[in-house]
Amino acid sequence: MSGSAVKVIGFFDSPFSHRAEAALCLKGVPYELIQEKDLRNKSELLLQHNPVHKKVPVLLHGDRRAVCESLVIVEYVDEAFQGPPLLPADPADRAAARFWARFIDDKVTVNPVRLTSQVSSGSFEVVNRDRSNGVHVPGRRQCSKAFWLAMWTEGEVQRGFVKEIKENLKLLEGQVKGKRFFGGDAVGYLDVAASAFAHWLPVCEEVAGVSLVTAEEYPDLCRWAKEYTSHDAVKRCLPDREELLARFSARKDSFVAMARSMAPAPEK
Amino acid sequence: MAGEKKQGLQLLGFWVSPFGQRCRIALDEKGLSYEYLEQDLANKSELLLRANPVHKKIPVLLHDGRPVCESLIIVQYLDEAFPAMPALLPAGDPYARAQARFWADYVDKKLYDCGTRLWKLKGDGHAQARTEMVEILRTLEGALGEGRFFGGEAFGFVDVALVPFTSWFLAYEWFGDLSVEKECPRLAAWAKRCAERPSVAKNLYPPEKVYESICGMKKRLGIE
Repeated sequence: MSGSAVKVIGFFDSPFSHRAEAALCLKGVPYELIQEKDLRNKSELLLQHNPVHKKVPVLLHGDRRAVCESLVIVEYVDEAFQGPPLLPADPADRAAARFWARFIDDKVTVNPVRLTSQVSSGSFEVVNRDRSNGVHVPGRRQCSKAFWLAMWTEGEVQRGFVKEIKENLKLLEGQVKGKRFFGGDAVGYLDVAASAFAHWLPVCEEVAGVSLVTAEEYPDLCRWAKEYTSHDAVKRCLPDREELLARFSARKDSFVAMARSMAPAPEK
Repeated sequence: MAGEKKQGLQLLGFWVSPFGQRCRIALDEKGLSYEYLEQDLANKSELLLRANPVHKKIPVLLHDGRPVCESLIIVQYLDEAFPAMPALLPAGDPYARAQARFWADYVDKKLYDCGTRLWKLKGDGHAQARTEMVEILRTLEGALGEGRFFGGEAFGFVDVALVPFTSWFLAYEWFGDLSVEKECPRLAAWAKRCAERPSVAKNLYPPEKVYESICGMKKRLGIE
């Protein structure tokens, strides 16, 4: 089975898509990349292979049905292929890596791609403004939207989200203190999970004109970001920074408009 | 407290939490003895706050004092730290394991939030939650397929992830005006099958108790 052809359905802008590719590159597994052109207009191939979530990335391995969800894909790649292990050997260390990866996805994720495609398809809601009883129902994933809002809103609204994000980033940084990578001496599962902070976050900061993560405040995180993005295997599957910057810059106005519509209504 | 070495397994939980119940079921399925420590979530203990400083939530597993947090992560930890049969994740089959992780993640992403919206919201929000709940249950039934359990013949990871929510089906039915039996007969049959297992029978509360507890929550939140 491990000799069968591997394909990834991905999207240039997506850090989640990168996770799948990074896992394969780190294991030295050759694969064919099939890029979605526009996530607001998804291909038949994607919809066929991920009917449940309709999202990238999707991993196709031989004639088996698809593996979906980026972190599930990373663990699958770790188990299905030879090569350096991505998760640590010790069960408690594995649990810790999974915990922090989940923390990243629940609390701090940077994904303008997923958010914008959700908003334009109408499937996104930060706060449910059901007026009949005025009850706000934050979903488990609301916290991750805070990062997006921290980037693209202004003034008092922005300050609140920035504070929350900075606290969460400090917690995450604690996991890489004194180590070259989250995984220790080698790049691992948690590095791949955190990759959005290494490559996408600086691009978003540049487009938004905000500075959330500085070397002064986050010396370990910034050092790690340089290590990660210059790693030989990882470099091969990171989207070109200039092109990413151009693509996000072109959509800045829509990001700002979306953030404004997503921000909670001011307290009465 | 300092210098006292904790041995063995302890689980910090809250009686009605389906997330805590996942861990209890997994511990029992694997034949592991543990000390259960019921937590007061309105008045969180030093132990809980030390064990889970990031989220301050249950469940938390302590293994010789070292904490593991997040229910599905705890269940995987138990499988990996205690690899003796029965394995909850199918051993030696990366693809089957990936499918199991995918569906457990699906339960996590979808079911509890949708259920919460079902009992909290009215009007359009409620109608949307109801539609979603039926879709979620049907999707899960599709994943179950013709098997006795989600992994096939053996009770496993996805079953553990989902089964505590079967106590919530009655509440979903009441608040959503729907019938699991009618919408998803195979899922309803799976729930009955699971309920016969000692680990499940011992650790789940009767659906009526769950329903009462939700009514209590609604009252406290001032929701009619």
